[in-house]
Amino acid sequence: MTAPVTTSPAASRSIGIAATFERARSEGRTALLPFITVGFPDLATSEEIAMALVEAGADAMEIGVPFSDPLADGSTVQRTGQVALAQGTRLVDCLELVRRLRSRGVTIPLVLMGYTNPFYQYGYDRLAADAAEIGVDGFIVPDLPAEESDRFLEACRAHGRDLIFLVAPTSTDERLRLIAERASGFVYCVSLTGVTGARSDMAAGLPEYIARVRATTDLPLVVGFGISTAEHVATVGKHADGAIIASAMINAIEVLPPAEQPAAAAAFMRNLRS
Amino acid sequence: MTTTLQNPAETVAVPSRSWSAWPDSQGRFGEFGGKFAPETLMPAVAELEAAYADARQDPAFQAAIDDLFFNYVGRPTPLMFAPRLTEHAGGAKIFLKREDLAHTGSHKINNAIGQGLLAQRMGKRRIIAETGAGQHGVATATICARLGLECIVYMGALDVERQAPNVARMRLLGAEVVPVTSGSQTLKDAINEAIRDWVTNVETTFYLIGSVMAMHPYPMMVRDFQRVIGVEARRQAHEHAELGRLPDAIVACVGGGSNAMGIFHPFLDDESVALVGVEAAGDGVETGRHAATMTAGTIGVIHGMRTYVLQDEAGQIMEAHSISAGLDYPGVGPEHSFLRQSGRADYVSVTDDQALEGFKLLTATEGIIPALETSHAIFHAARMAATMSPDQSIVICCSGRGDKDLDTALNAMAGKRH
Repeated sequence: MTAPVTTSPAASRSIGIAATFERARSEGRTALLPFITVGFPDLATSEEIAMALVEAGADAMEIGVPFSDPLADGSTVQRTGQVALAQGTRLVDCLELVRRLRSRGVTIPLVLMGYTNPFYQYGYDRLAADAAEIGVDGFIVPDLPAEESDRFLEACRAHGRDLIFLVAPTSTDERLRLIAERASGFVYCVSLTGVTGARSDMAAGLPEYIARVRATTDLPLVVGFGISTAEHVATVGKHADGAIIASAMINAIEVLPPAEQPAAAAAFMRNLRS
Repeated sequence: MTTTLQNPAETVAVPSRSWSAWPDSQGRFGEFGGKFAPETLMPAVAELEAAYADARQDPAFQAAIDDLFFNYVGRPTPLMFAPRLTEHAGGAKIFLKREDLAHTGSHKINNAIGQGLLAQRMGKRRIIAETGAGQHGVATATICARLGLECIVYMGALDVERQAPNVARMRLLGAEVVPVTSGSQTLKDAINEAIRDWVTNVETTFYLIGSVMAMHPYPMMVRDFQRVIGVEARRQAHEHAELGRLPDAIVACVGGGSNAMGIFHPFLDDESVALVGVEAAGDGVETGRHAATMTAGTIGVIHGMRTYVLQDEAGQIMEAHSISAGLDYPGVGPEHSFLRQSGRADYVSVTDDQALEGFKLLTATEGIIPALETSHAIFHAARMAATMSPDQSIVICCSGRGDKDLDTALNAMAGKRH
């Protein structure tokens, strides 16, 4: 890769996913992992939203790579992706955004979340290599189940990146074991049977489900999909190590002018801690 | 012995085996296919796989399909010699496999019956489907009415507008038609929305997919239900007074590719039979406004499968274009990608204007108004017949009738005169 021409200070490195969860645990709190769509509402503002979330104490961040056909996402994330794509945001822009965040001193884990095809076209090995160079800790790929993950997993392992698998309430114990054999970083526990999107209630049965996942792995467990309130975060914290915040935060900030969105995102996340 | 398949991304060694022995246990046709589905669906996909494996070996299940095929669909459909089309083309004899005569007006009913009976057998009473032109939606609504199942059809909002008669038919049959306003508001977005519904309601819901696409086992299962086209055609070819042997070529249109796969599959091991799939070139492949996935696409992952797809360099799926809503899809069934890459089948493309010529040609020479999808195959078969000798023969899969397309075709022809 070409070195940046600016004389910015040396890029920061991630403190790592494992260390992040250890620290949150030792401090007795639930890790918060906000999600941003790169390029929403525009590329520059999405970078400022990310910075504001870091400054507000995000433990790690999901960097959303827009895709034309996001079949696991509800209307909120779909909408942000369409806006980002219409402005030309692509995977290379997402990698570049991570590079800038690192150059601005960000040390929390940054994980790319995106669908298989853009990653496949970029080239699994090239992507994992560039991620290692830039400071992307790992990948979450909602349409890449364990059965189809061999090639990307091999590339991630070769470059020391985590391929973070999703599990769902519908996953059988047999599948949980299959996934646990491959997982690293953390396990993304989809909270409900459905797509992403804000919800008023957490799914019943969460404790039993998380316990089933816990029985198969010692990795940190992070719950995502539908987490919208401080009460939800508290509920998740009783059973799991972290919570992902996406659609509810986007709904809260997207009605504002872009200049006000970073502060609003930070405020939204702080409120979830209270 | 192995056959090596080449493509820019990778090289895959494929064990030599009968064409009809695919997919492998992973649901792959060579390097194509697979199961790129969200984890939430994977247990349901496994359940479907097991249920279908069980049903496929059950004579009672096959008997139930056969009964509906005979009494409800009107199968077998004829294999008809087309004398005036043959004379017009001036070469090989042309035959039509008349799927347009099947109940609901196209081959789509074959698959809808198979999956509808499977859903019933699995105890799933809520059926969801996607539709582009509305033919699969109508076929699904039809079998749901016949079996007393709830039916929800996702349809791009643009398609709801341009296919109003089929929307009315589906609603009359008791289906709920949900217009999809996300993305490009066409078939690919209807599929996304149907998958989202399935993810949400997976415990109660059966996703009745309309073509040989998406995650395994759908490409195999839909193909198996459509194989009846080719099985009948093969027998009828031998029995036909004007033919009496295997044809030299079979021509079928390809969007997702279910009618083509259905007629091709029983002939795959008959190496003397050329198999030709006809894709939609829209305004012309060179204009970028087309749906010629295998002519101009590259390998990627869409809707649960690895296959040829129309996409930009960064892997974003592009919008397809065709005058025929049924071919207006940026992907293609993975077995077609496999047949193309291995060379067993050839894929060509036909523009909107050429399809309209095919539409008029079959209407004028044989008194059969074909679907605009089918019209692509008609045009190419006539063009191909002209290069062949009168002792050779072509079978066209006449996949559907054109009543649904009259407005579109007449408007397009009127527009050309201006």
